[in-house]
Amino acid sequence: MITEDEIKKIAKLAKLSMPENESKEFAEQLSGALKHFEQMTKINTDGIEPLVTPTQIEHFLRPDQAVQEISADKMVENAPEKIGNLFKVPPVV
Amino acid sequence: MDFRGYEPVIGLEIHAQLKTQSKMFCSDSTKFDALDNENTSPVSVGMPGALPVINKKAVEMSIQAGLALGCQIRHKSVFARKNYFYPDLPKGYQISQYDQPLCEHGKIQFVLDNEVKTISITRAHMEEDAGQSQHIGEYTLINYNRSGVPLLEIVSGPDLRTAKEAAEYARTVRQILRYLDVCDGNLEEGSLRCDCNVSVRKIGAPEFGTKVEIKNINSFRFIEKAIEFEIDRQIDMVEQGQKISQETRLFDPDKNQTISMRSKENAQEYRYFPDPDLLPVIVTDEEIQRLKSLLPELPVQRAQRFIKEFQLPEYDALILTAEKELADYFEKTALQSKNAKAASNWIMTELLRELKQTEKHISQSPVSEATLSELIGMIDQNIISGKMAKSVFSECWKTGKSPAQIVKEHNWVQITDTNAIEKVIEDILAQNPSQVADFRGGRTKVFGFFVGLAMKATKGQASPDLVNQILTIKLSGQ
Repeated sequence: MITEDEIKKIAKLAKLSMPENESKEFAEQLSGALKHFEQMTKINTDGIEPLVTPTQIEHFLRPDQAVQEISADKMVENAPEKIGNLFKVPPVV
Repeated sequence: MDFRGYEPVIGLEIHAQLKTQSKMFCSDSTKFDALDNENTSPVSVGMPGALPVINKKAVEMSIQAGLALGCQIRHKSVFARKNYFYPDLPKGYQISQYDQPLCEHGKIQFVLDNEVKTISITRAHMEEDAGQSQHIGEYTLINYNRSGVPLLEIVSGPDLRTAKEAAEYARTVRQILRYLDVCDGNLEEGSLRCDCNVSVRKIGAPEFGTKVEIKNINSFRFIEKAIEFEIDRQIDMVEQGQKISQETRLFDPDKNQTISMRSKENAQEYRYFPDPDLLPVIVTDEEIQRLKSLLPELPVQRAQRFIKEFQLPEYDALILTAEKELADYFEKTALQSKNAKAASNWIMTELLRELKQTEKHISQSPVSEATLSELIGMIDQNIISGKMAKSVFSECWKTGKSPAQIVKEHNWVQITDTNAIEKVIEDILAQNPSQVADFRGGRTKVFGFFVGLAMKATKGQASPDLVNQILTIKLSGQ
């Protein structure tokens, strides 16, 4: 079971604002989801390696070559706010 | 070291920027002095849908570093997302490694105060760097040039016990990375960064104390100072019955103290999970063997070889191998001059002193290996005395001219004509009968007085060996 306090903490960590009345609703919904996973934990997985990826294909490594595909001007073009070619964001300290 | 009955427990996390051309997961350049956001692309600024692709060189460098740090290399390692919110981390997570790092269970050794220290390396894992924030007050500016630059995070065991030991450990790690040429180790430019975890406990206590992390220390001297301050601060607090809070602190070099940056009481929950965008990195035995065979000789091995091959004292060998370029310089000079002991002595005294005074790196030395070898050869062939050689060295340093040229210009050739020296000494003895009597009466100390006069009379050019020999004979009255 997940409590309303835990929901509030998660929202804070995820930087999400949440109206007071919704914490109860989310607590119930997320508890339901957790219950579903709890069921899965009952499955016997002795001797089974954890699966990181469902595919068994080989990983791919790219050669170390520097390439500039997009200019700095272009990269910041869609930024809501910028100064020169720097992204401008609300103060963080 | 006395810590008022306490034992400090220190562990270091070193972030080393790998010397690749491009970033960890995309092809942006890693060049340090690029213009604002010039080295960016959809992957490094976290655009939706952009997919990371692993840099081969970064993996190879990490494996080589892991091997040099005595680590085991995992055949299968996994990239994980470390989730937190900060504007310099545009995806909302850093790609790092969590429970299956590439390298683990290593150890390194170094000598400190004539004692061999062995420090364990818990793990070394690959990750990406974040961007850079510039706080203006009303707002913050972000440059993502550094975002996605490949890092190797090297985590030591909690084995370090003094600030000096911690700094020496960090120097040793830097030295290894530079030998491998996988990191340039520049602390000022941030290509090597060091976080120190420090706690104290009563000697013999089974549990560790609460640890405090000191971040962003940009010199080895400051590592030492920051830890020293922190140990004292924590012992003071415990002695006063106060509780040490788990927090991150910053070192202020001007005030020589650490200051609280943020509390970790509401511990960040990073919600690590395997990155679904990346497949596990599989490394075969053959690949590990191949990379191992490409490893250069490491500082410790090279020091051991110098001790054996050139009969150097351990202390000299460790100093001369502290930097690759210096070790190269020594080895070349030792081989060219065929006098390793002299090469070591000249480098350890004159050369290192001049370098230090002029704040030059060995690679900028105006005296080359060939020049120093020539100088040593001239002493060995009795062309000049050791004393003259110091003046010649100093001229070589200033003018960049060859020793032969300088000796010729100053007419500094050593007088090895026995008859000429005998004549000088006979004159001196004749002019100083009372001192001769003193000597013969047992005051052998006056010997030096005669040597001084003989050298002065020959403008320092008489062979000191011959002066000593002839004086001994003449004074004994033969």
